[in-house]
Amino acid sequence: MKKTPLYPAHLRHGGRMVEFAGYALPLQYTSIVEEHLAVRRGAGLFDVSHMGEFLIRGVEALAFLQWATANDAAKLKVGRAQYSMLPNPRGGVVDDIYLYRIAEEEYLMVVNAANIAKDWAHLKELSRGYSVELTDLSEETALLALQGPQAASLLQGLTEADLSLTKKNQVFGARVAGRPARLARTGYTGEDGFELFLAPEDAEAVFEALLEAGATPAGLGARDTLRLEAGFPLYGHELTEDTNPLCTPWAWVVKREKDFLGKEAMLAAPCAEKLIGLVLETGIPREGYRVYSGDREVGRVTSGGYSPLLEKGIALAYVEKEAAEPFLVEVRGRKVGASLSPLPFVPLK
Amino acid sequence: MDIPKDRFYTKTHEWALPEGDTVLVGITDYAQDALGDVVYVELPEVGRKVEKGEAVAVVESVKTASDIYAPVSGEVVEVNAALEKTPELINQDPYGEGWILRIRPLDMGHLDDLLDAAGYQEVLEREG
Repeated sequence: MKKTPLYPAHLRHGGRMVEFAGYALPLQYTSIVEEHLAVRRGAGLFDVSHMGEFLIRGVEALAFLQWATANDAAKLKVGRAQYSMLPNPRGGVVDDIYLYRIAEEEYLMVVNAANIAKDWAHLKELSRGYSVELTDLSEETALLALQGPQAASLLQGLTEADLSLTKKNQVFGARVAGRPARLARTGYTGEDGFELFLAPEDAEAVFEALLEAGATPAGLGARDTLRLEAGFPLYGHELTEDTNPLCTPWAWVVKREKDFLGKEAMLAAPCAEKLIGLVLETGIPREGYRVYSGDREVGRVTSGGYSPLLEKGIALAYVEKEAAEPFLVEVRGRKVGASLSPLPFVPLK
Repeated sequence: MDIPKDRFYTKTHEWALPEGDTVLVGITDYAQDALGDVVYVELPEVGRKVEKGEAVAVVESVKTASDIYAPVSGEVVEVNAALEKTPELINQDPYGEGWILRIRPLDMGHLDDLLDAAGYQEVLEREG
């Protein structure tokens, strides 16, 4: 099992370590619910060093990214970031990613840990014929995510950069606790917050400084409940090689006015299913549970769990395109009423 | 981990506390700690007849669902309705307010087949 540079810090702070995408990471330190609420109400700090980072640069970096990603990378100004997807030739999804334009001809792509090798091979192959240089920085990058309504004020005490001047999806260089960092006002919790790209040797000092300043350490458990409550997809669950993103609530990512790999297949494929959010009357839905419309089975839960804000079970599920309420979810042999919910499940800023 | 000496235990981390001709059942401190935040408890109907080892309730934490097995055969005579509103009682007080159900065993003598505190301690040590 691989260790992130923060492994000793996790042990020191009582992290309950589990294996995730080949890395030893904390599931929780104290309680998933407490860590979740710390992010919604204060500031939580995650180690997301397991995520992959690819540097993409060259005179044809933009042209390459326009072909390789579904969102419009041409809209990215230097110092800005966007959520995007890597489509496959069949119109499915290789991965969902975050793309940061860090210089005129230089982009940083953050990919899911479980997909690093797959994405790298895919992008290397696609980059043939482009004047572009790809570098895998995953092993030499530590990544922290400081998330929550108090993230900005807490971080402000540790940096000379004026954070009040920064906006969502902005990326910039600054020192944090005296260490050089690339800061991005991004995250995957539905809250305001920052992600901090650091050299591995600086990660522990910055992690400790942020905790000292009042951030709550938060683990993978809270990261998952937060993203689910925010109605964000998780690769391997809501998005797969066979998912047409146009049939999901994240169809906005796909920009039809440009060309990209798999575009024709994506546009040609009819949507047999749709993705919906459900709030259960009782019980906790889990991945794979059956979803019914009345008496008829119409789909399956792809992500399910407990919403600490709603104090109810919530689920993302793929169901037949025409399926309508009343929805029920089979929870351990019992059909439980479930109401359709807009995403996110809870009001977020 | 706290293991009170006044009651019996199972290898599946339930405790059984004799009270008169009934037995109060819950899960151990070790079990609640391993589960993490308990957010939902599915309780059986009062009057249900259960066999020893039969799944009789479900405790769900944020991360997983766990069956609770009857430590003795008998009839469910009471359930802890407080858990419907405050399932976290299982985390806060697993041996007290967080009790789950009460069974009237067919034979109180069957409790002797269960582990005592020392026996359960050994189970935990083996699980590491």
